[in-house]
Amino acid sequence: MDTTASYNDKVVRQFTIMTVVWGIVGMLVGVIIAAQLMWPQLNFDLPFLTYSRLRPLHTNAVIFAFGGSALFATSYYVVQRTCHVRLAFSKLAAFTFWGWQAVIVLAAVTLPLGITQSKEYAELEWPIDLLIAVVWVAYAIVFFRTIGQRRIKHIYVANWFYGAFIITVAVLHIFNNLAVPVSLTKSYVIYTGVVDAMMQWWYGHNAVGFFLTAGFLGMMYYFVPKQAGRPVYSYRLSVVHFWSLIAVYMWAGPHHLHYTSLPDWAQTLGMVFSIILLAPSWGGMINGIMTLSGAWHKLRSDPILKFMIVALSFYGMSTFEGPMMSIKTVNALSHYTEWTIGHVHSGALGWVAMMTIGSIYSLLPRLYDRDGMHSTKLIDTHFWTSTIGVVLYAVALWVAGIGEGLMSRAVNDDGTLTYAFIEILASKYPYYGMRLVGGLIFFAGMIIMAYNVWKTISNKKPVPVAVMDPA
Amino acid sequence: MDINDLRGLLTAIILLAFIGLCIWAWSSRRKADFDASAALPLEEDQYMTNNEQENI
Repeated sequence: MDTTASYNDKVVRQFTIMTVVWGIVGMLVGVIIAAQLMWPQLNFDLPFLTYSRLRPLHTNAVIFAFGGSALFATSYYVVQRTCHVRLAFSKLAAFTFWGWQAVIVLAAVTLPLGITQSKEYAELEWPIDLLIAVVWVAYAIVFFRTIGQRRIKHIYVANWFYGAFIITVAVLHIFNNLAVPVSLTKSYVIYTGVVDAMMQWWYGHNAVGFFLTAGFLGMMYYFVPKQAGRPVYSYRLSVVHFWSLIAVYMWAGPHHLHYTSLPDWAQTLGMVFSIILLAPSWGGMINGIMTLSGAWHKLRSDPILKFMIVALSFYGMSTFEGPMMSIKTVNALSHYTEWTIGHVHSGALGWVAMMTIGSIYSLLPRLYDRDGMHSTKLIDTHFWTSTIGVVLYAVALWVAGIGEGLMSRAVNDDGTLTYAFIEILASKYPYYGMRLVGGLIFFAGMIIMAYNVWKTISNKKPVPVAVMDPA
Repeated sequence: MDINDLRGLLTAIILLAFIGLCIWAWSSRRKADFDASAALPLEEDQYMTNNEQENI
Protein backbone atom coordinates (compact mmCIF):
# COMPACT_ATOMS: atom_id res chain seq x y z
CA MET A 1 0.00 0.00 0.00
CA ASP A 2 1.10 3.55 -0.70
CA THR A 3 2.68 4.78 2.51
CA THR A 4 1.88 8.35 1.66
CA ALA A 5 -1.88 8.08 0.94
CA SER A 6 -3.77 7.64 4.20
CA TYR A 7 -2.97 6.85 7.82
CA ASN A 8 -3.74 3.40 9.23
CA ASP A 9 -6.38 4.42 11.75
CA LYS A 10 -8.28 1.12 11.78
CA VAL A 11 -5.93 -0.47 14.31
CA VAL A 12 -5.99 2.75 16.35
CA ARG A 13 -9.81 2.65 16.46
CA GLN A 14 -9.78 -1.03 17.48
CA PHE A 15 -7.37 -0.49 20.35
CA THR A 16 -9.20 2.69 21.42
CA ILE A 17 -12.56 0.92 21.74
CA MET A 18 -10.98 -2.01 23.58
CA THR A 19 -9.33 0.43 26.01
CA VAL A 20 -12.79 1.47 27.17
CA VAL A 21 -14.08 -2.12 27.25
CA TRP A 22 -11.13 -3.51 29.23
CA GLY A 23 -11.14 -0.47 31.51
CA ILE A 24 -14.70 -1.34 32.52
CA VAL A 25 -13.93 -5.06 32.94
CA GLY A 26 -10.72 -4.49 34.92
CA MET A 27 -12.21 -1.88 37.21
CA LEU A 28 -15.33 -4.01 37.78
CA VAL A 29 -13.11 -6.84 39.02
CA GLY A 30 -11.34 -4.28 41.23
CA VAL A 31 -14.67 -3.21 42.73
CA ILE A 32 -15.60 -6.87 43.35
CA ILE A 33 -12.37 -7.65 45.22
CA ALA A 34 -12.64 -4.41 47.20
CA ALA A 35 -16.10 -5.63 48.28
CA GLN A 36 -14.66 -9.07 49.11
CA LEU A 37 -12.23 -7.43 51.56
CA MET A 38 -15.28 -6.13 53.41
CA TRP A 39 -17.51 -9.15 52.90
CA PRO A 40 -15.39 -12.28 52.31
CA GLN A 41 -18.59 -14.29 51.74
CA LEU A 42 -18.77 -12.64 48.31
CA ASN A 43 -16.51 -15.37 46.91
CA PHE A 44 -19.53 -17.73 47.36
CA ASP A 45 -17.03 -20.49 48.22
CA LEU A 46 -16.25 -20.86 44.53
CA PRO A 47 -12.50 -21.29 43.86
CA PHE A 48 -12.51 -19.12 40.74
CA LEU A 49 -14.13 -16.24 42.61
CA THR A 50 -11.65 -16.16 45.48
CA TYR A 51 -9.72 -12.96 46.16
CA SER A 52 -6.42 -14.71 45.47
CA ARG A 53 -7.46 -15.51 41.89
CA LEU A 54 -9.38 -12.34 41.10
CA ARG A 55 -6.69 -9.97 42.35
CA PRO A 56 -4.15 -10.91 39.63
CA LEU A 57 -7.03 -10.79 37.12
CA HIS A 58 -7.74 -7.21 38.23
CA THR A 59 -4.09 -6.09 38.03
CA ASN A 60 -3.49 -7.75 34.67
CA ALA A 61 -6.73 -6.38 33.24
CA VAL A 62 -6.19 -2.77 34.27
CA ILE A 63 -2.45 -2.61 33.55
CA PHE A 64 -2.04 -4.75 30.43
CA ALA A 65 -5.55 -4.82 28.92
CA PHE A 66 -6.74 -1.26 29.69
CA GLY A 67 -3.36 0.50 29.92
CA GLY A 68 -1.80 -1.67 27.22
CA SER A 69 -4.59 -1.08 24.70
CA ALA A 70 -4.40 2.67 25.39
CA LEU A 71 -0.66 2.65 24.75
CA PHE A 72 -1.00 0.66 21.52
CA ALA A 73 -3.78 2.97 20.30
CA THR A 74 -2.07 6.25 21.09
CA SER A 75 1.45 5.18 20.06
CA TYR A 76 0.16 4.02 16.66
CA TYR A 77 -1.72 7.28 16.25
CA VAL A 78 1.07 9.55 17.46
CA VAL A 79 3.88 7.89 15.50
CA GLN A 80 1.98 8.30 12.22
CA ARG A 81 1.00 11.93 12.87
CA THR A 82 4.45 13.02 14.04
CA CYS A 83 6.37 11.14 11.33
CA HIS A 84 4.07 12.11 8.42
CA VAL A 85 3.94 8.51 7.25
CA ARG A 86 1.49 5.60 7.28
CA LEU A 87 2.04 2.90 9.92
CA ALA A 88 4.45 0.25 8.60
CA PHE A 89 3.26 -3.33 7.97
CA SER A 90 -0.55 -3.07 8.18
CA LYS A 91 -0.97 -6.84 8.58
CA LEU A 92 1.59 -7.04 11.37
CA ALA A 93 -0.14 -4.14 13.10
CA ALA A 94 -3.44 -6.05 12.83
CA PHE A 95 -1.66 -9.07 14.30
CA THR A 96 -0.59 -7.00 17.33
CA PHE A 97 -4.24 -6.12 17.92
CA TRP A 98 -5.63 -9.65 17.67
CA GLY A 99 -2.60 -11.16 19.42
CA TRP A 100 -2.91 -8.76 22.33
CA GLN A 101 -6.64 -9.45 22.65
CA ALA A 102 -5.86 -13.20 22.63
CA VAL A 103 -3.37 -12.67 25.48
CA ILE A 104 -6.04 -10.83 27.47
CA VAL A 105 -8.67 -13.52 26.91
CA LEU A 106 -6.18 -16.26 27.86
CA ALA A 107 -5.34 -14.34 31.02
CA ALA A 108 -9.04 -13.97 31.85
CA VAL A 109 -9.46 -17.74 31.54
CA THR A 110 -6.28 -19.04 33.18
CA LEU A 111 -6.02 -16.71 36.18
CA PRO A 112 -9.45 -17.62 37.67
CA LEU A 113 -8.52 -21.29 37.09
CA GLY A 114 -5.54 -20.75 39.37
CA ILE A 115 -2.95 -21.24 36.63
CA THR A 116 -0.15 -18.91 37.68
CA GLN A 117 3.63 -18.47 37.95
CA SER A 118 3.04 -16.70 41.29
CA LYS A 119 5.14 -13.73 40.21
CA GLU A 120 3.37 -10.45 40.89
CA TYR A 121 2.31 -8.64 37.67
CA ALA A 122 3.88 -11.59 35.77
CA GLU A 123 1.44 -14.31 36.78
CA LEU A 124 0.73 -15.62 33.30
CA GLU A 125 2.15 -19.06 32.49
CA TRP A 126 4.79 -19.74 29.86
CA PRO A 127 2.65 -20.38 26.73
CA ILE A 128 0.97 -16.99 27.22
CA ASP A 129 4.35 -15.40 27.99
CA LEU A 130 5.62 -16.68 24.65
CA LEU A 131 2.63 -15.18 22.84
CA ILE A 132 3.23 -11.86 24.64
CA ALA A 133 6.87 -11.91 23.52
CA VAL A 134 5.88 -12.53 19.88
CA VAL A 135 3.21 -9.80 19.90
CA TRP A 136 5.62 -7.39 21.56
CA VAL A 137 8.38 -7.99 19.03
CA ALA A 138 5.81 -7.43 16.26
CA TYR A 139 4.81 -4.16 18.00
CA ALA A 140 8.47 -3.07 18.08
CA ILE A 141 8.92 -3.90 14.38
CA VAL A 142 5.80 -1.92 13.39
CA PHE A 143 6.67 1.05 15.58
CA PHE A 144 10.36 1.37 14.77
CA ARG A 145 9.90 0.67 11.06
CA THR A 146 7.41 3.54 10.99
CA ILE A 147 9.98 5.76 12.71
CA GLY A 148 12.56 4.57 10.15
CA GLN A 149 10.28 5.59 7.28
CA ARG A 150 9.50 9.01 8.75
CA ARG A 151 9.41 12.01 6.45
CA ILE A 152 10.27 14.42 9.25
CA LYS A 153 13.86 15.09 10.21
CA HIS A 154 13.45 14.87 13.96
CA ILE A 155 11.80 12.20 16.06
CA TYR A 156 9.16 13.90 18.21
CA VAL A 157 9.76 13.50 21.96
CA ALA A 158 6.57 11.44 22.51
CA ASN A 159 8.02 8.78 20.20
CA TRP A 160 11.19 8.63 22.30
CA PHE A 161 9.09 7.83 25.34
CA TYR A 162 6.98 5.26 23.46
CA GLY A 163 10.14 3.72 21.99
CA ALA A 164 11.83 3.39 25.40
CA PHE A 165 8.64 1.83 26.76
CA ILE A 166 8.50 -0.75 23.95
CA ILE A 167 12.18 -1.76 24.15
CA THR A 168 12.36 -1.89 27.94
CA VAL A 169 9.13 -3.87 28.37
CA ALA A 170 10.45 -6.45 25.90
CA VAL A 171 13.68 -6.86 27.90
CA LEU A 172 11.86 -6.94 31.26
CA HIS A 173 9.24 -9.42 30.12
CA ILE A 174 11.65 -11.85 28.52
CA PHE A 175 14.21 -11.96 31.32
CA ASN A 176 11.79 -11.98 34.24
CA ASN A 177 9.81 -14.87 32.70
CA LEU A 178 12.68 -17.23 31.88
CA ALA A 179 11.29 -20.51 33.17
CA VAL A 180 11.52 -24.27 32.84
CA PRO A 181 8.15 -25.70 31.74
CA VAL A 182 7.09 -28.98 33.29
CA SER A 183 3.66 -29.11 31.62
CA LEU A 184 1.47 -26.90 29.48
CA THR A 185 0.15 -25.06 32.53
CA LYS A 186 3.06 -25.22 34.96
CA SER A 187 6.62 -23.92 34.89
CA TYR A 188 9.31 -22.94 37.35
CA VAL A 189 11.29 -19.70 36.97
CA ILE A 190 15.02 -20.24 36.63
CA TYR A 191 15.90 -17.80 39.42
CA THR A 192 15.96 -18.82 43.06
CA GLY A 193 15.98 -17.09 46.42
CA VAL A 194 17.09 -13.50 46.65
CA VAL A 195 18.10 -13.40 42.96
CA ASP A 196 14.51 -14.30 42.09
CA ALA A 197 13.28 -11.50 44.36
CA MET A 198 15.66 -8.98 42.78
CA MET A 199 14.70 -10.05 39.22
CA GLN A 200 11.03 -9.83 40.16
CA TRP A 201 11.32 -6.24 41.44
CA TRP A 202 13.69 -5.16 38.73
CA TYR A 203 10.83 -6.23 36.47
CA GLY A 204 8.05 -4.99 38.75
CA HIS A 205 9.39 -1.53 39.33
CA ASN A 206 10.41 -0.97 35.73
CA ALA A 207 6.98 -2.12 34.63
CA VAL A 208 5.83 0.90 36.66
CA GLY A 209 8.64 3.02 35.26
CA PHE A 210 8.36 2.15 31.60
CA PHE A 211 4.88 0.70 31.07
CA LEU A 212 2.93 2.97 33.44
CA THR A 213 5.21 6.01 33.29
CA ALA A 214 7.30 6.36 30.11
CA GLY A 215 4.46 5.10 27.88
CA PHE A 216 1.93 7.47 29.40
CA LEU A 217 4.43 10.35 29.30
CA GLY A 218 4.53 9.74 25.54
CA MET A 219 0.76 10.12 25.57
CA MET A 220 1.08 13.26 27.68
CA TYR A 221 3.66 14.89 25.38
CA TYR A 222 1.33 14.57 22.40
CA PHE A 223 -2.20 14.95 23.75
CA VAL A 224 -1.66 17.74 26.29
CA PRO A 225 -0.20 20.12 23.65
CA LYS A 226 -2.84 18.93 21.17
CA GLN A 227 -5.76 19.58 23.52
CA ALA A 228 -4.30 22.83 24.86
CA GLY A 229 -3.60 24.04 21.32
CA ARG A 230 -0.12 25.13 22.39
CA PRO A 231 3.32 23.55 21.93
CA VAL A 232 4.85 21.88 24.97
CA TYR A 233 6.14 24.40 27.55
CA SER A 234 9.81 23.54 26.98
CA TYR A 235 10.96 21.12 24.31
CA ARG A 236 14.49 21.38 25.73
CA LEU A 237 13.27 20.29 29.13
CA SER A 238 11.45 17.36 27.52
CA VAL A 239 14.75 16.11 26.06
CA VAL A 240 16.52 16.33 29.42
CA HIS A 241 13.42 14.80 31.07
CA PHE A 242 13.55 11.77 28.76
CA TRP A 243 17.23 10.92 29.16
CA SER A 244 17.36 11.47 32.90
CA LEU A 245 14.17 9.50 33.55
CA ILE A 246 15.25 6.42 31.62
CA ALA A 247 18.78 6.57 33.06
CA VAL A 248 17.59 6.65 36.66
CA TYR A 249 14.45 4.47 36.70
CA MET A 250 16.24 1.20 36.04
CA TRP A 251 18.00 1.25 39.43
CA ALA A 252 15.08 1.94 41.75
CA GLY A 253 13.64 -1.60 41.99
CA PRO A 254 15.40 -2.70 45.24
CA HIS A 255 13.20 -0.31 47.28
CA HIS A 256 10.56 -3.07 47.07
CA LEU A 257 12.90 -5.27 49.11
CA HIS A 258 13.86 -3.10 52.08
CA TYR A 259 14.71 -5.06 55.23
CA THR A 260 14.78 -8.36 53.34
CA SER A 261 17.74 -10.66 52.72
CA LEU A 262 18.72 -8.51 49.72
CA PRO A 263 22.21 -7.12 50.51
CA ASP A 264 22.06 -3.82 52.37
CA TRP A 265 24.07 -1.92 49.75
CA ALA A 266 21.52 -2.89 47.08
CA GLN A 267 18.67 -1.65 49.27
CA THR A 268 20.48 1.66 49.80
CA LEU A 269 21.20 1.93 46.08
CA GLY A 270 17.50 1.47 45.33
CA MET A 271 16.58 4.10 47.90
CA VAL A 272 19.08 6.68 46.61
CA PHE A 273 18.03 6.25 42.98
CA SER A 274 14.37 6.46 43.98
CA ILE A 275 15.00 9.81 45.64
CA ILE A 276 16.97 11.12 42.63
CA LEU A 277 14.00 10.07 40.48
CA LEU A 278 11.98 12.91 41.97
CA ALA A 279 13.93 15.40 39.81
CA PRO A 280 13.13 14.06 36.31
CA SER A 281 9.59 13.15 37.39
CA TRP A 282 8.81 16.65 38.54
CA GLY A 283 10.61 18.12 35.53
CA GLY A 284 8.14 16.24 33.33
CA MET A 285 5.14 17.14 35.45
CA ILE A 286 6.03 20.84 35.41
CA ASN A 287 6.62 20.69 31.65
CA GLY A 288 3.16 19.21 31.13
CA ILE A 289 1.28 21.55 33.44
CA MET A 290 3.11 24.69 32.26
CA THR A 291 2.05 23.87 28.70
CA LEU A 292 -1.18 25.55 29.75
CA SER A 293 0.74 28.67 30.80
CA GLY A 294 -1.07 31.63 29.26
CA ALA A 295 -4.13 29.52 28.50
CA TRP A 296 -5.35 28.63 31.97
CA HIS A 297 -8.83 29.91 31.09
CA LYS A 298 -9.26 26.82 28.90
CA LEU A 299 -9.57 24.75 32.07
CA ARG A 300 -12.88 26.47 32.78
CA SER A 301 -14.57 25.21 29.65
CA ASP A 302 -12.67 22.07 28.64
CA PRO A 303 -13.15 19.00 30.90
CA ILE A 304 -10.68 17.02 28.75
CA LEU A 305 -7.93 19.43 29.78
CA LYS A 306 -9.12 19.11 33.37
CA PHE A 307 -8.60 15.35 33.12
CA MET A 308 -5.06 15.91 31.84
CA ILE A 309 -4.04 18.54 34.36
CA VAL A 310 -5.45 16.57 37.30
CA ALA A 311 -3.65 13.48 35.93
CA LEU A 312 -0.38 15.45 35.90
CA SER A 313 -1.09 16.66 39.44
CA PHE A 314 -1.56 13.08 40.60
CA TYR A 315 1.62 12.16 38.74
CA GLY A 316 3.47 14.85 40.67
CA MET A 317 1.91 13.75 43.93
CA SER A 318 2.63 10.05 43.55
CA THR A 319 6.18 10.68 42.26
CA PHE A 320 6.77 12.65 45.46
CA GLU A 321 5.11 10.00 47.61
CA GLY A 322 7.05 7.15 45.99
CA PRO A 323 10.57 8.48 46.71
CA MET A 324 9.44 9.34 50.23
CA MET A 325 8.15 5.79 50.78
CA SER A 326 11.41 4.37 49.41
CA ILE A 327 13.36 5.93 52.31
CA LYS A 328 14.06 2.99 54.58
CA THR A 329 12.72 4.54 57.77
CA VAL A 330 9.47 5.59 56.06
CA ASN A 331 9.28 2.21 54.35
CA ALA A 332 9.52 0.51 57.75
CA LEU A 333 6.15 2.09 58.50
CA SER A 334 4.51 1.93 55.08
CA HIS A 335 5.58 -1.41 53.63
CA TYR A 336 3.07 -4.28 53.72
CA THR A 337 0.28 -1.85 54.67
CA GLU A 338 -2.69 -0.36 52.80
CA TRP A 339 -0.63 2.80 52.28
CA THR A 340 1.18 1.02 49.44
CA ILE A 341 -2.11 0.16 47.76
CA GLY A 342 -3.27 3.75 48.21
CA HIS A 343 -0.03 4.99 46.62
CA VAL A 344 -0.35 2.61 43.69
CA HIS A 345 -3.92 3.71 43.00
CA SER A 346 -3.19 7.42 43.18
CA GLY A 347 -0.71 6.64 40.39
CA ALA A 348 -2.86 4.12 38.53
CA LEU A 349 -6.24 5.85 38.75
CA GLY A 350 -5.05 9.44 39.20
CA TRP A 351 -2.22 9.48 36.66
CA VAL A 352 -2.55 6.54 34.26
CA ALA A 353 -6.33 6.23 34.01
CA MET A 354 -7.10 9.95 33.99
CA MET A 355 -4.41 10.70 31.38
CA THR A 356 -5.78 7.82 29.28
CA ILE A 357 -9.39 8.97 29.63
CA GLY A 358 -8.47 12.55 28.72
CA SER A 359 -6.42 11.41 25.72
CA ILE A 360 -9.20 9.12 24.46
CA TYR A 361 -11.80 11.89 24.72
CA SER A 362 -9.39 13.99 22.65
CA LEU A 363 -8.56 11.21 20.18
CA LEU A 364 -11.86 9.44 19.55
CA PRO A 365 -13.73 12.25 17.76
CA ARG A 366 -10.73 12.74 15.44
CA LEU A 367 -10.86 9.06 14.52
CA TYR A 368 -14.49 9.44 13.43
CA ASP A 369 -14.28 12.88 11.80
CA ARG A 370 -16.33 14.54 14.51
CA ASP A 371 -15.74 17.92 16.13
CA GLY A 372 -15.95 16.50 19.62
CA MET A 373 -17.51 13.88 21.84
CA HIS A 374 -21.29 13.43 21.83
CA SER A 375 -21.62 15.25 25.16
CA THR A 376 -19.10 17.61 26.78
CA LYS A 377 -21.33 17.77 29.84
CA LEU A 378 -20.98 14.01 30.36
CA ILE A 379 -17.17 14.37 30.09
CA ASP A 380 -17.41 16.92 32.89
CA THR A 381 -19.56 14.53 34.96
CA HIS A 382 -17.00 11.81 34.31
CA PHE A 383 -14.21 14.14 35.37
CA TRP A 384 -15.85 14.77 38.74
CA THR A 385 -16.67 11.10 39.37
CA SER A 386 -13.03 10.20 38.60
CA THR A 387 -11.59 12.93 40.78
CA ILE A 388 -13.89 12.28 43.74
CA GLY A 389 -13.44 8.52 43.36
CA VAL A 390 -9.66 8.57 43.39
CA VAL A 391 -9.44 11.09 46.23
CA LEU A 392 -11.78 8.99 48.40
CA TYR A 393 -9.82 5.86 47.52
CA ALA A 394 -6.38 7.34 48.27
CA VAL A 395 -7.39 9.12 51.47
CA ALA A 396 -9.10 5.97 52.84
CA LEU A 397 -6.01 3.87 52.31
CA TRP A 398 -3.61 6.50 53.64
CA VAL A 399 -5.50 6.55 56.91
CA ALA A 400 -5.93 2.76 56.99
CA GLY A 401 -2.29 2.14 56.06
CA ILE A 402 -0.64 4.58 58.44
CA GLY A 403 -2.87 3.28 61.25
CA GLU A 404 -1.98 -0.28 60.30
CA GLY A 405 1.74 0.54 60.29
CA LEU A 406 1.60 2.28 63.66
CA MET A 407 -0.45 -0.50 65.27
CA SER A 408 1.86 -3.18 63.85
CA ARG A 409 4.97 -1.66 65.42
CA ALA A 410 3.40 -0.74 68.78
CA VAL A 411 4.93 -2.72 71.66
CA ASN A 412 4.13 -2.92 75.38
CA ASP A 413 6.68 -2.21 78.11
CA ASP A 414 7.45 -5.92 78.37
CA GLY A 415 8.22 -6.14 74.64
CA THR A 416 5.05 -7.93 73.56
CA LEU A 417 2.98 -6.63 70.63
CA THR A 418 0.21 -4.25 71.67
CA TYR A 419 -2.23 -5.26 68.95
CA ALA A 420 -3.25 -8.64 67.62
CA PHE A 421 -3.58 -9.04 63.84
CA ILE A 422 -7.37 -9.18 64.12
CA GLU A 423 -7.48 -5.86 65.96
CA ILE A 424 -5.46 -4.21 63.20
CA LEU A 425 -7.76 -5.74 60.58
CA ALA A 426 -10.84 -4.50 62.43
CA SER A 427 -9.37 -0.96 62.51
CA LYS A 428 -9.19 -0.98 58.69
CA TYR A 429 -12.81 -1.99 58.13
CA PRO A 430 -14.38 1.48 57.84
CA TYR A 431 -11.67 2.48 55.37
CA TYR A 432 -12.27 -0.61 53.27
CA GLY A 433 -15.83 0.68 52.99
CA MET A 434 -14.68 4.17 52.01
CA ARG A 435 -12.30 2.71 49.44
CA LEU A 436 -15.09 0.59 47.96
CA VAL A 437 -17.27 3.68 47.60
CA GLY A 438 -14.37 5.56 45.95
CA GLY A 439 -13.78 2.67 43.55
CA LEU A 440 -17.48 2.42 42.73
CA ILE A 441 -17.67 6.13 41.93
CA PHE A 442 -14.62 5.88 39.67
CA PHE A 443 -16.16 2.84 37.99
CA ALA A 444 -19.47 4.68 37.49
CA GLY A 445 -17.53 7.30 35.53
CA MET A 446 -16.30 4.60 33.14
CA ILE A 447 -19.90 3.59 32.43
CA ILE A 448 -20.69 7.22 31.60
CA MET A 449 -17.68 7.19 29.29
CA ALA A 450 -18.86 4.03 27.54
CA TYR A 451 -22.27 5.64 26.87
CA ASN A 452 -20.62 8.82 25.58
CA VAL A 453 -18.27 6.82 23.35
CA TRP A 454 -21.18 4.79 21.99
CA LYS A 455 -23.21 7.91 21.15
CA THR A 456 -20.15 9.47 19.50
CA ILE A 457 -19.34 6.63 17.13
CA SER A 458 -22.61 4.82 16.44
CA ASN A 459 -23.89 5.45 12.91
CA LYS A 460 -20.64 7.23 12.15
CA LYS A 461 -18.51 5.93 9.33
CA PRO A 462 -14.79 6.61 9.74
CA VAL A 463 -13.19 8.81 7.10
CA PRO A 464 -9.58 8.15 6.01
CA VAL A 465 -7.09 10.86 6.91
CA ALA A 466 -4.55 11.92 4.31
CA VAL A 467 -0.89 11.58 5.24
CA MET A 468 0.74 14.98 5.70
CA ASP A 469 3.43 16.12 3.29
CA PRO A 470 7.06 15.80 4.37
CA ALA A 471 8.46 18.68 6.36
CA MET B 1 43.78 1.32 40.36
CA ASP B 2 41.00 -0.65 42.02
CA ILE B 3 37.30 -1.03 41.37
CA ASN B 4 36.46 2.09 43.40
CA ASP B 5 38.45 4.29 41.00
CA LEU B 6 36.33 2.93 38.18
CA ARG B 7 33.16 3.65 40.16
CA GLY B 8 34.28 7.22 40.78
CA LEU B 9 35.21 7.64 37.14
CA LEU B 10 31.82 6.33 36.00
CA THR B 11 30.03 8.79 38.29
CA ALA B 12 32.11 11.62 36.84
CA ILE B 13 31.41 10.49 33.26
CA ILE B 14 27.67 10.31 33.86
CA LEU B 15 27.66 13.72 35.51
CA LEU B 16 29.56 15.17 32.54
CA ALA B 17 27.14 13.44 30.16
CA PHE B 18 24.22 15.10 31.94
CA ILE B 19 25.86 18.52 31.80
CA GLY B 20 26.70 17.91 28.15
CA LEU B 21 23.08 16.97 27.44
CA CYS B 22 21.84 20.18 29.06
CA ILE B 23 24.32 22.29 27.09
CA TRP B 24 23.30 20.50 23.89
CA ALA B 25 19.59 20.94 24.56
CA TRP B 26 19.87 24.62 25.48
CA SER B 27 22.27 25.61 22.68
CA SER B 28 20.72 28.15 20.34
CA ARG B 29 21.54 25.97 17.34
CA ARG B 30 18.88 23.47 18.47
CA LYS B 31 16.15 26.07 18.70
CA ALA B 32 14.83 25.95 15.14
CA ASP B 33 14.67 22.15 15.08
CA PHE B 34 13.05 21.98 18.50
CA ASP B 35 10.47 24.60 17.58
CA ALA B 36 9.58 22.64 14.45
CA SER B 37 9.24 19.44 16.48
CA ALA B 38 7.18 21.09 19.19
CA ALA B 39 4.69 22.27 16.57
CA LEU B 40 3.96 18.73 15.30
CA PRO B 41 1.08 17.91 17.70
CA LEU B 42 -0.72 21.08 16.63
CA GLU B 43 -1.19 19.97 13.02
CA GLU B 44 -4.78 19.21 12.10
CA ASP B 45 -5.88 16.05 10.28
CA GLN B 46 -6.99 16.39 6.67
CA TYR B 47 -9.94 14.09 6.04
CA MET B 48 -10.08 12.70 2.53
CA THR B 49 -12.87 13.52 0.12
CA ASN B 50 -14.82 10.76 -1.64
CA ASN B 51 -12.72 11.20 -4.79
CA GLU B 52 -9.48 10.85 -2.92
CA GLN B 53 -10.71 7.76 -1.11
CA GLU B 54 -11.46 6.02 -4.41
CA ASN B 55 -7.89 6.58 -5.52
CA ILE B 56 -6.31 4.76 -2.59
